[in-house]
Amino acid sequence: MCLAVPGKVISLEGDHARIEYTGGIIREANISLVEATVGLYVIVHAGFAIQLLDEKEALETLSFWEELLGSEKSAGDAGREGGA
Amino acid sequence: MFSLQDKKMAEKIAARMKALIDGKQYSFMHVCGTHQDTLVRHGLDEMLRNAGVRVRQGPGCPVCVTTPKEIEETLALARSGKTITVFGDMLKVPGTTGSLEKARTEGADVRVVYGIEDAVAIARKMEDREVVFIGIGFETTAPTTATVLRSSPPPNFSVLSCHRTVPNALRFILESGEVKLHGLVEPGHVSVILGMEPYRFLTEEYGVPQVITGFEPLDLLMGIYMLVKQVSDGEARLENEYTRVVRPEGNPRAIHLMEEVFRPTNVAWRGFPVIPESGLGLREEYAAWDARKKFADVLKPLEGQEFKEHPGCKCGDVLRGVMEPDECPLFGKGCSPTSPLGPCMVSFEGGCAIAYKYGKKRQ
Ligand code: SF4
Repeated sequence: MCLAVPGKVISLEGDHARIEYTGGIIREANISLVEATVGLYVIVHAGFAIQLLDEKEALETLSFWEELLGSEKSAGDAGREGGA
Repeated sequence: MFSLQDKKMAEKIAARMKALIDGKQYSFMHVCGTHQDTLVRHGLDEMLRNAGVRVRQGPGCPVCVTTPKEIEETLALARSGKTITVFGDMLKVPGTTGSLEKARTEGADVRVVYGIEDAVAIARKMEDREVVFIGIGFETTAPTTATVLRSSPPPNFSVLSCHRTVPNALRFILESGEVKLHGLVEPGHVSVILGMEPYRFLTEEYGVPQVITGFEPLDLLMGIYMLVKQVSDGEARLENEYTRVVRPEGNPRAIHLMEEVFRPTNVAWRGFPVIPESGLGLREEYAAWDARKKFADVLKPLEGQEFKEHPGCKCGDVLRGVMEPDECPLFGKGCSPTSPLGPCMVSFEGGCAIAYKYGKKRQ
């Protein structure tokens, strides 16, 4: 129930916005709880955007994970493509 | 979603934990059905147990913690001819006298909505009907109810608030000491609203490490790793793993709206006695939309009556983290998602439903 999913704001109309989710699904959400603008990612719960997703922090989380485990990278991991 | 690479990383994190734990046993609790889903779906519970960590589920499923009396309130309203709008996973929750699904087959108008705005839209379309929204959920959901009530919804709309708040329930759990906990995995999306401060007293007063944690498998493992690190370093801090969504201050606009519309109430949770200031009742200014006031004639007769769960159902024990779902004698033997005996087998956030779904059926 506290499930909330990230989506991208594609258009705004008053207190509502059209949000695009993974897989191209588009639904309307109330955005009055956040300062949303077109192009930003928001976290949506029960039809309301409850927070903006911080892309910089998202990347930092990934690099934090990488860094934590970086010292353990073995030869077998060298061929890995992309990041986790 | 949980790729092979993630799995490799997960195994590395688990190996690190195991080294830190060094043969001891750590016990943590989360209070979020979505965390439980991630844990079981990806087999992280097993992986963690092998590393020496047991993660218990607490009262983190909003549908599950509703009391039998609240279920009876929804049923009484449905049977008295109101249109009931409700999240889908409330439909099959058995009360003492049936379920909303059963009430619907008996002719009651019960409609599943995705959020409260859908319920208001129904009320606007059916001006001659009373439309009641069953307000279930923690701090993640309560601001959506508050937003709608602040926007002057139609007079034929009302809310039966069953909203609850997390921090004081955690206090109760730590205070009771029924399960020994080395740390708390705090719910990411509740924290999106609350931020960090409302949890701080738990670390200050009870010396318990806490980590606000997200929902991807690696989020959860990292959050738990951060707890393990604190415990093995002999520290107790409040940390945030889910920084990409949880700001230290939370969502102040949402907090403000909640405070405007709701007042803290003392409510019972399934499996728990009354927990002080752990519920959200509507403030006097919103009495016109308060189903408990508006339909006092329907609901008052329930006052003072005792409504019991199914006698064999151990949902309360599951919600206090003292029992695993498959330890319930009825799990998969009389209780299953198609014929559930308690809400923990109904809600997709319920521990029993999750255990059942991912095949942990008692052999
Ligand atoms: S398995 Fe069924 S009866 Fe047992 S605790 Fe879970 S919901 Fe209750």
